[in-house]
Amino acid sequence: MATKAFQKIYTKIIQINKATCSLNAIGVGNDELATVNGKLAQVVKIMGDEVTLQVFEGTEGIPTNAEVIFLGKAPSLKVSDQLAGRFFNSFGDPIDGGPEVEGEEREIGGPSVNPVRREQPSELIATGIAGIDLNNTLVSGQKIPFFADPDQPYNQVMANVALRAKTDKIILGGMGLTNDDYLYFKNVFNNAGVLDRIVSFVNTTENPPVERLLIPEMALTAAEYFAVDKNEKVLVLLTDMTSYADALAIVSNRMDQIPSKDSMPGSLYSDLAKIYEKAVQFPAGGSITIIAVTTLSGGDITHAIPDNTGYITEGQLFLRRDSDVGKVIVDPFRSLSRLKQLVIGIKTREDHPQVMNAAVRLFADAANAKTKLENGFDLTDYDERTLAFAKDYSTKLLAIDVNIDTTNMLDVTWGLLHKHFKPAEVNIKQELVDKYWK
Amino acid sequence: MSTKGKVKGIISNLVTVEVDGPVAQNEIAYIELGSQKLMAEVLKVIGDKAFVQVFESTRGLKVGNNVEFMGHMLEVTLGPGLLSRNYDGLQNDLDKLTGVFLQRGEYNYPLDTEKLWDFKPIAKAGDKVEAGLWLGEVDENHQPHKIMVPFKLEGTFTVKSIVPEGEHKILDVIAVLLDSEGKEIEVTMVQKWPVKKAITVHTEKPRPFKLLETGVRTIDTANPIVEGGTGFIPGPFGTGKTVLQHAISKQAEADIVIIAACGERANEVVEIFVEFPELEDPHTGRKLMERTIIIANTSNMPVASREASVYTAMTISEYYRAMGLRVLMMADSTSRWAQALREMSNRMEELPGQDAFPMDLSAIIATFYSRAGYVYLKNGQTGSITFIGTVSPAGGNLKEPVTEGTKKAARCFYALEQARADRKRYPAVNPIDSYSKYIEYPEFEEYISKRISPDWTSKVNDMKTILQRGKEVQEQINILGDDGVPVDYHVTFWKSEVIDFVILQQDAFDKVDSVTPIERQEYMLNMVMDICRTDFEFNNFVDVMDYFKRIINVCKQMNYSVFHSDDFEKYVGELNVILEERKI
Ligand SMILES: Nc1ncnc2c1ncn2[C@@H]1O[C@H](COP(=O)(O)OP(=O)(O)OP(=O)(O)O)[C@@H](O)[C@H]1O
Ligand SMILES: [Mg+2]
Repeated sequence: MATKAFQKIYTKIIQINKATCSLNAIGVGNDELATVNGKLAQVVKIMGDEVTLQVFEGTEGIPTNAEVIFLGKAPSLKVSDQLAGRFFNSFGDPIDGGPEVEGEEREIGGPSVNPVRREQPSELIATGIAGIDLNNTLVSGQKIPFFADPDQPYNQVMANVALRAKTDKIILGGMGLTNDDYLYFKNVFNNAGVLDRIVSFVNTTENPPVERLLIPEMALTAAEYFAVDKNEKVLVLLTDMTSYADALAIVSNRMDQIPSKDSMPGSLYSDLAKIYEKAVQFPAGGSITIIAVTTLSGGDITHAIPDNTGYITEGQLFLRRDSDVGKVIVDPFRSLSRLKQLVIGIKTREDHPQVMNAAVRLFADAANAKTKLENGFDLTDYDERTLAFAKDYSTKLLAIDVNIDTTNMLDVTWGLLHKHFKPAEVNIKQELVDKYWK
Repeated sequence: MSTKGKVKGIISNLVTVEVDGPVAQNEIAYIELGSQKLMAEVLKVIGDKAFVQVFESTRGLKVGNNVEFMGHMLEVTLGPGLLSRNYDGLQNDLDKLTGVFLQRGEYNYPLDTEKLWDFKPIAKAGDKVEAGLWLGEVDENHQPHKIMVPFKLEGTFTVKSIVPEGEHKILDVIAVLLDSEGKEIEVTMVQKWPVKKAITVHTEKPRPFKLLETGVRTIDTANPIVEGGTGFIPGPFGTGKTVLQHAISKQAEADIVIIAACGERANEVVEIFVEFPELEDPHTGRKLMERTIIIANTSNMPVASREASVYTAMTISEYYRAMGLRVLMMADSTSRWAQALREMSNRMEELPGQDAFPMDLSAIIATFYSRAGYVYLKNGQTGSITFIGTVSPAGGNLKEPVTEGTKKAARCFYALEQARADRKRYPAVNPIDSYSKYIEYPEFEEYISKRISPDWTSKVNDMKTILQRGKEVQEQINILGDDGVPVDYHVTFWKSEVIDFVILQQDAFDKVDSVTPIERQEYMLNMVMDICRTDFEFNNFVDVMDYFKRIINVCKQMNYSVFHSDDFEKYVGELNVILEERKI
């Protein structure tokens, strides 16, 4: 970030702690950027003429006579079509060896869409994965995370979803990505020949953690450019939001704020909501859909990060290994797409809602039967049938390696219902049973 | 001369202002930032320093910026034309704002000053009146919108003159009042009121007792709420709080519905924007939007105005209650409001209470809920505000300050349960833990026995007993195994399942099943309780399950059919055939 001529240079820092440093300065705006010996920092507090700066890289090695230059603007990104196909760091600087992007400079973290100017999401996003399309159908303008333990293949599933979804742009926001995962995404996009549709903002585990706080808003500023200025359908991938929240905790902890649950800042809900609520369907046709990853520790979704996320997003996709069939499935119990009712049975076949619910209910009965079995009880014929059904259902539909269209998924489900049950056992409207039972 | 000041310090949206004159707690101020003015509210004063929370982003704000204090607290503007509008938490009309994005510092007048209303006087010259009494009325979306003596006027007044029936704009003077000293006061159709203060223009607040029909069976039948009652819906994320609230707001027998979307998803508000102008009020046949006001402060909108939004909604509710109307107010989610309080309290470095919430959280919640209620107005008429809030407990754990504080304040408790939601048993209201305190009121008992039938309460109690028994039996079966218990146990369990599937579960997305009028609820409960009272003949437990599954299936088909339609009667016939098979 180049400095302009005639900028005042301050050289007297009066206080330094782990994350911040303070100095006397006047005419400084809240949220403004500055450099401290070349390291990027942002104004987080002003008291009279004392200004406190949060240094993104951390304050290691900063001397009391460091040169501080205020940049007169909040963090921003230059937007134009030149963003496409490029890789950037947290500050929006290219990391792919390519030239600087030319374009209009926009502050990141801009204002919210007026709710009355939003359009109701109504366009189905097909992924081919039945655990998603059948049970948890996604819609453009939706925001939804994968909840997964760190050992689940969430980045692979997310990349598959991104490539199969029919969108104009894919924007990757990588936070605390391992270098391997970064290269994985780069390769997959490259091999699919879609690199020109992709913009990436990447903070890897090798970069300072606090820097990644800028990633989501960088990605979303780029997304808003394509969705608003160009009326494009944009899919934003944010992985891993748990690393983002951990960085928030680091900062608030260093600034001595009172932590709330799980050492997270009390503002976690608002901080996450500000990001996720950027998902929107615009009336002019453009949209921003956010698919994120929230890694769990030991499957615990009551931890503050997944918990707050669940309260914000429009559902969640829960990945788990089904040991009965040896595959990773999209768990139908803990997963949910709250926007699905806007499309299922409307954009898909009429029987979709009822068939979907019936199958999940029977899958739940299977879970009960399994508990009985584990407790050493005899199983009834019905129990046996639910268990057989559950195996088929997991393999043919819930597994993440399934790739078929939605009508096909419905037919497969009816087939399984027919194979294992009687019509009276499935609790589906009679007219649908009459029509589709086969 | 209004007090002025200059910005001295900024931490996020907490700004310290050095002032040159008097300021009041909760006074509104505007901070200049370039050509914009940012609205703020005084939270604390120490010496000549006022600490204000800014209702917007403070990005770019500098020390030295000018501040002007307005001499009043945060107020709402009350008058004809509130209905059908979409406001933000500070009562800006969202439809009047320009552009796709919300611009910082853009505020507007919440009502239409040009529209002509057909005013009909109620009071006449010479009448003695006081605050809240009705001077006249206009027709607002088929509701008699009363023009009242301004709530701020204290004492008794004499009507000097009132305009005759005719068309007027809201800011026209429609009456002139004389105070005890003969001073003239001009009254228009508009008045302002500070949101944090309750409007108390009633004479009495008796215990509420009239059933508020919601069309949701697990509420009306099992744990009814009443006109002027309070209730809350806690539940982990995704268990159905919003769907349940939306269902109630669509179906409830209320004159006015006020929805405060407080720190939740924008798309959920859009759903209301899209549906309510199309859907009909099942009681009047008019469009739902006609009776609805939406206060939208979604989670991405400024946190500070989130707190204001619930108060804005409550004050507007009180305004309509003073007209003798039945108001239903919903807030989703009150936890977000509590979190906004927490963020501010932490920034002000107040001593934190449990989970870092403010110490007085429980009192704040109680005061807010107490603004609801059924009232006798000064003219003998009645009005009510029924308030239902959702609570989003952290980690789904009900032992947290917002849930506990609300439990003390609200009389109905609709506990949404993860396990039920996981099994798609919607609405996921736990029938055993949930309660309505109103059932215990003799006034309610008397009312309901006239409204439905004298034995209604005892039937509902029987139903609950069976549910309880069913749960106990199920636990025993889980421990002892299917054949470790007598066949009777299975029958008891399956009877409770019939109640669960047919009465409690209800598909909010099915056109027919979503709304069940009270007559139909009575019919279904009678039918289900008849089944539960019947003795059946079984030899083994497998038959029990198969048999009751068939019963449930037919009853569910009834729920999906129009009441007493040919289809419906056909299923009644089928049910009777099935019952005959094993009846003893
Ligand atoms: N009565 C119902 N009938 C059918 N489906 C329902 C019902 N209630 C809830 N659901 C399902 O559950 C989903 C989540 O419901 P809802 O959005 O109301 O949850 P919530 O408790 O408000 O969650 P949050 O706290 O995250 O806002 C809905 O999208 C819908 O799929
Ligand atoms: Mg909700």
